[in-house]
Amino acid sequence: MASLKDLRNRIASVKATQKITKAMQMVAAAKLRRAQSAAEAARPYSQRMDAVMANIAAAVGDAEGAPRLLAGTGSDQTHLLIVATAERGLCGGFNSSIARLARDHARDLIASGKTVKILPVGKKGADVLKSEFGDIMMPSVDLREVKHVGYSNANDIAQQVLGMFDGNEFDVATLFYSEFQSVISQIPQAQQIIPPQLNEVEEADSASTLYDYEPDENEILTDLLPRNVAVQIFRALLENAASEQGARMSAMDNATRNAGEMIDKLTLTYNRQRQAQITKELIEIISGAEAL
Amino acid sequence: MANAFKFELVSPESLLLSGDAEIVTVPGAEGDMGILANHAPLMTSLRPGMVSAKLADGSEEAYFVRGGFADIAGESVTVLAEFAVAKKDLTKEVFAEQLRLAKEDAERHEASGDDEKITSSRAYLDQLTHLESTLTTA
Repeated sequence: MASLKDLRNRIASVKATQKITKAMQMVAAAKLRRAQSAAEAARPYSQRMDAVMANIAAAVGDAEGAPRLLAGTGSDQTHLLIVATAERGLCGGFNSSIARLARDHARDLIASGKTVKILPVGKKGADVLKSEFGDIMMPSVDLREVKHVGYSNANDIAQQVLGMFDGNEFDVATLFYSEFQSVISQIPQAQQIIPPQLNEVEEADSASTLYDYEPDENEILTDLLPRNVAVQIFRALLENAASEQGARMSAMDNATRNAGEMIDKLTLTYNRQRQAQITKELIEIISGAEAL
Repeated sequence: MANAFKFELVSPESLLLSGDAEIVTVPGAEGDMGILANHAPLMTSLRPGMVSAKLADGSEEAYFVRGGFADIAGESVTVLAEFAVAKKDLTKEVFAEQLRLAKEDAERHEASGDDEKITSSRAYLDQLTHLESTLTTA
């Protein structure tokens, strides 16, 4: 049985841990607010972008000469999986749930005879996937030094992806990230970004807006499509940032609560033992006095 | 009093301006254009330059935008800019940074040997230089 001194040390160490988790929770809460407002600020742009994309895509249609970025390469042999995770751990199941979704996806594709390449964004996802897919993985995109994800970060990733697409290195690109629902729920998502999956334009909508295009549809489209890739990646990164902080906040909240329970239990044991020791000493003194 | 219409300027990072405007001037791909209410639906890509708007309350706003396009529908105008900064925040440093980026792009394109890209990045650089001279004189 642990001595009183051991118990005291144990309680002190759990208390110290609790202080750390509590601090991490508060930091995550503050960061979450910022990440959430950044995600909200970015929403109008991507919504508009979607609407415009759907509009133009409907106008250009499946005509010959539609850009490859819209129509695809005509094959779906090589898949690129862009797996966006966090750079840091200690955020509950956040990283592993994204990695798991990507892994299942990759396994399915490999099982059906496709070629898979993985581009990890963020170190944690890369760590998880390395053991199984080490040979098909590209060096991960490092965002560790980045405090607030900006559009330029997303654009850099997009340029890399587009460069690969132009070099015929893949046919289909899918983006994995976690959508922020609330502090307790983040849902891992898989979104195909090349070729993009567009919402169907409603009939009434497309009929009422007969747009003029300047210069012309195709030129706008070739300008727009690469930009759309960057916007989608940017959105995913922002959602991820909010999800990461949300997941960390609830994980740290749990840890703080567990530490509290542990302290209560240890304190109880400690008090019992102390009482037992006092009783023992008393008995020793009394029986000594009686023997005289 | 001219008719007002809804005008929005958004960049990927935020919604910069949203309000009723009387006239909006945008640097369209084929020339600057002033847009009044009930303009025919038009979609145009933008050259780098100034977007300015006269709002319904009489105030005027101007923003420097780079990369993007304008979606003009009868009752609303939306400018989606890849990069946008208010004119009053457009300091020499910000502009110099933009100019530097443009130059880098141009050099990269020159190296790639793609004629189309070389022309477009040169045109962009010319525009920026031109814009710089107009801004510094103003």
